[in-house]
Amino acid sequence: MGTKRQFRIWRGDENGGDLQDYTVEVNEGEVVLDIIHRLQATDAPDLACRWNCKAGKCGSCSMEINGMPKLGCMTRMSTFTEDETVTVTPLRTFPVIRDLVTDVSFNYEKARETPAFAPPADVAPGDYRMQQVDVERSQEFRKCIECFLCQTVCHVVRDHEENKQAFSGPRYFIRAAELDMHPLDARTDRKEYAQAEQGLGFCNITKCCTEVCPEHIKITDNGIIPMKERVVDRRYDPLVWLGSKIFRRGETPQTSVTTARQGSATPPSTSRGGTHSHAGGSHDPHAEAQAQSGVNWHREVPHPTAPAVDDRGRLPLTELTFDRAAAPSPFGDDVTFPLPPEHLNFAHPEQDDKH
Amino acid sequence: MTTTTRIERHHYDVVVIGAGGAGLRAAIEARLAGKKTAIISKSLFGKAHTVMAEGGAAAAMGNVNSRDSWQVHFRDTMRGGKFLNNFRMAELHAKESPQRIWELETYGALFDRTKDGKISQRNFGGHEYPRLAHVGDRTGLELIRTLQQKIVSLQQEDHREFGSYDARIKVFSETTITELLLDGDRIAGAFGYYRESGEFILFEAPAVVLATGGVGRSYKVTSNSWEYTGDGHALALRAGATLINMEFLQFHPTGMVWPPSVKGILVTESVRGDGGVLKNSDGKRFMFDYVPDVFRKQYAETEEEADRWYTDPDNNRRPPELLPRDEVARAINSEVKAGRGSPAGGVFLDIASRRSSDEIRRRLPSMYHQFKELADVDITAEPMEVGPTCHYVMGGVEVDPDSGAAFGHVRGLFAAGEVSGGMHGSNRLGGNSLSDLLVFGKRAGGHAASYADGLDARPKVGVDAVEAAVETALAPLQRDTGESPYVLQQDLQAVMGDLVGIIRREGELADALGRLAELRERVAKVSAAGGRRYNPGWHLALDLRNMLVVSECTAKAALERQESRGGHTREDYPAMEPKWRQVNLVCALDGDTVRLTRKPLPKMRAELIGLFDRAELAKYLTDEELAEFDALAEEAGN
Ligand SMILES: Cc1cc2nc3c(=O)[nH]c(=O)nc-3n(C[C@H](O)[C@H](O)[C@H](O)COP(=O)(O)OP(=O)(O)OC[C@H]3O[C@@H](n4cnc5c(N)ncnc54)[C@H](O)[C@@H]3O)c2cc1C
Ligand code: SF4
Ligand code: SF4
Ligand code: FES
Repeated sequence: MGTKRQFRIWRGDENGGDLQDYTVEVNEGEVVLDIIHRLQATDAPDLACRWNCKAGKCGSCSMEINGMPKLGCMTRMSTFTEDETVTVTPLRTFPVIRDLVTDVSFNYEKARETPAFAPPADVAPGDYRMQQVDVERSQEFRKCIECFLCQTVCHVVRDHEENKQAFSGPRYFIRAAELDMHPLDARTDRKEYAQAEQGLGFCNITKCCTEVCPEHIKITDNGIIPMKERVVDRRYDPLVWLGSKIFRRGETPQTSVTTARQGSATPPSTSRGGTHSHAGGSHDPHAEAQAQSGVNWHREVPHPTAPAVDDRGRLPLTELTFDRAAAPSPFGDDVTFPLPPEHLNFAHPEQDDKH
Repeated sequence: MTTTTRIERHHYDVVVIGAGGAGLRAAIEARLAGKKTAIISKSLFGKAHTVMAEGGAAAAMGNVNSRDSWQVHFRDTMRGGKFLNNFRMAELHAKESPQRIWELETYGALFDRTKDGKISQRNFGGHEYPRLAHVGDRTGLELIRTLQQKIVSLQQEDHREFGSYDARIKVFSETTITELLLDGDRIAGAFGYYRESGEFILFEAPAVVLATGGVGRSYKVTSNSWEYTGDGHALALRAGATLINMEFLQFHPTGMVWPPSVKGILVTESVRGDGGVLKNSDGKRFMFDYVPDVFRKQYAETEEEADRWYTDPDNNRRPPELLPRDEVARAINSEVKAGRGSPAGGVFLDIASRRSSDEIRRRLPSMYHQFKELADVDITAEPMEVGPTCHYVMGGVEVDPDSGAAFGHVRGLFAAGEVSGGMHGSNRLGGNSLSDLLVFGKRAGGHAASYADGLDARPKVGVDAVEAAVETALAPLQRDTGESPYVLQQDLQAVMGDLVGIIRREGELADALGRLAELRERVAKVSAAGGRRYNPGWHLALDLRNMLVVSECTAKAALERQESRGGHTREDYPAMEPKWRQVNLVCALDGDTVRLTRKPLPKMRAELIGLFDRAELAKYLTDEELAEFDALAEEAGN
């Protein structure tokens, strides 16, 4: 009763690999993960892939489907046309372990560095009183299933291994935001922490993280932007401004978006289609080739542009020593927005339906 | 062979196998007791099965209805389990759940609130008062994330004190334990492999807490993930512990049956609690025809009364859609068998015509979103097609109720959560599992820590045992003549689903045992293609032998128990027998074969049995037991 469909799945490990073609039966109502399971039971018993719940609740089955970071168990086969080849690749930002399984330990390290909930000192268990409206703001972020799709899509680390040290990523910005908005959390420095230690300043609100979030968490609008706004408020308070010039120990002041930038917080770069470059930002010819074969957007790969790094090979983190206001463009200085449409290779979810 | 040289070795005081709610809570307790603790999990940290629990965690906090108390909760739990529960576990659970839930708030959990700012509680099948602490319909996620973050915060403390996050508590994710190692009758360690690399790993530890969850993967239609292969049950058996109540499996009445992408996924009971009703293909609300006598008094007889209950629960009886799960599952099964089912072999669950689209979306957000995305089904616009799905195993490791220490002839082994047995009797009430994880996870972790403290000398891991474990683990990779593990799993699922499913018959059960014996031969020769690195075929091949031995326990116990009770329904013995209530069926491993023995149930203390109506007890107890009860009552009267 099913139809035969074409799949291309990346097989390999940290030493390299390639896309392999499979012809596989697809039945009505199935999702991509069902097809991977069918392949395991037939042609490829050792095809590695993570999954648990098959219900979009555990965030294990993250993969890139036709170049778009998605949950395999939540991607219906009916979103592709019958003659379309479905290409499945591992998450790009994390090192491959085997096939579709990547080493996501980066995220667990960042989680470990984020200071935990600080219980109020004088409230006994059972005596916590909070209003529903107040907990709802944090609850939105606690919906997170830790699929790390937002982490993999964020351009700050997607093709920039060197930024991983200083940048925690959207998942941990909303963790900080969640605690910041927690009615009873005893710490008051969540925002400052996000700015100083998590690399919030790297984020230039492209909103790609929000677009891929399967839980539809408004990562940018409800999490990142409010955190940035408050940090900005403080920064433009003359006293704080002065204080921030005298660096406190262990605190590196970092670039931050300005209020002006906030005003146009939806620069053309965040319009439909987004601005991620799968290969454009990469400096490695091999990765370049892979991106090309993995993501078949029939377009020319733009020349890689090096980011504006300082003499240590790092992105300048301090706005005081940086030659421009606001964050450096992660797309390179020669890229202007809006991008010409032929340079876009980031698919909007709805785009699939049109194929 | 010098295989042991290639094995990574670790020393811990307490090793917790399983990173679900029970495992994490146990680990927190062991670490708080100052023990060096390891947490081992087959999947990534924070992804265990507990994330899937939707409805909530039952605890008699009395926030919504102040008449609730531990006594009422205890009564509901015993009723739900048809009095087969270990009464002491049910008692501890009812008493300690509220503290365990409140404690979560100090770890950062954010439950939904009542108007006066307390934790909100919702209605659920089998609970007399609104009792389930919840967060929308993602309570399990909140629970596991909270415990995960508490562990991180303990690691941060250790980092400040010792300079290393892993100094006193370390998580080994994507690591599977295949064998427990003994020194005489004492636990000496655990052996397993990293899924990622296929490399072996050996934990030397005097105390092991099993928190590995359930067995549902042995069934075709199940809400359980690949992790649920009964590993903990099988590990315990092989280490000399015993399993009880293995015949009792809960089939969730309302799993989706159509479309296939969501087959087996549960429609939470809160859909019914919030007004959803079950209808057959004639459009009839059939549950009114299936209220058993024991429940007559509590359930509405007319649709009008049932509908009034949603707004005025104090003056009306509850709708029969909220009967305990096994009753609902059986009712659906009967409707389908009578030819009144939906096209895909289920029945219709309708909330769309009863609540406004906005209200449904507000009260059941992730349910709405899940079905919309997964299957393009709009639950606010059309009824769902649902049917019974294998969901939860009541049976498990026989434990001491207070400490969670395993019975049988092994020391140093503890169990908590779904892998342990007794707490839920023959049937679990919705929401009782999440609080069970916390209550008994904490107990098992604490007692494992004090057991480790009490030892003069550490048990030693024998080299032979390790070499044997290595050999067993590598065997499927070294054979290329056997069958594929996927084929074997399908065959096993077919046997269990068709012959040891929701409605059971003597002939079929005997047949199942024959087939399981054949499967055992085939599983012994299974071969897996590929190498050791992240090879799911190999992993499944190793899990198969666990699934098999656990399935044998279930089939044997199901054949032995000649009555119907809770999660065990025998077509040939449809009635509940007071005599059988006095018996637990205990499975042990004798060499390779499963041995079944009968064991009397512990007797409930007088003040606990005194909480029940005589009329109610009459349905469950034998005449002698009733006479004893009367004597007690008389004494109390004097
Ligand atoms: C869909 C669904 C909905 C549910 N809804 C509710 C609800 O609303 N309320 C409620 O109270 N209960 C509910 N339950 C039941 C409840 O979620 C489970 O019973 C409970 O989460 C079990 O928790 P656990 O800690 O025992 O094990 P789990 O959370 O399942 O964790 C098992 C752990 O053991 C690990 N493990 C297993 N084998 C090995 C091995 N060999 N080596 C190493 N690690 C291993 C796994 O990786 C995992 O980390 C629901 C269950 C399901 C499936
Ligand atoms: S908005 Fe863009 S830059 Fe900021 S975290 Fe999200 S993906 Fe990264
Ligand atoms: S925020 Fe969304 S995309 Fe990011 S990890 Fe959480 S659920 Fe996934
Ligand atoms: S398998 Fe759990 S989110 Fe896909």
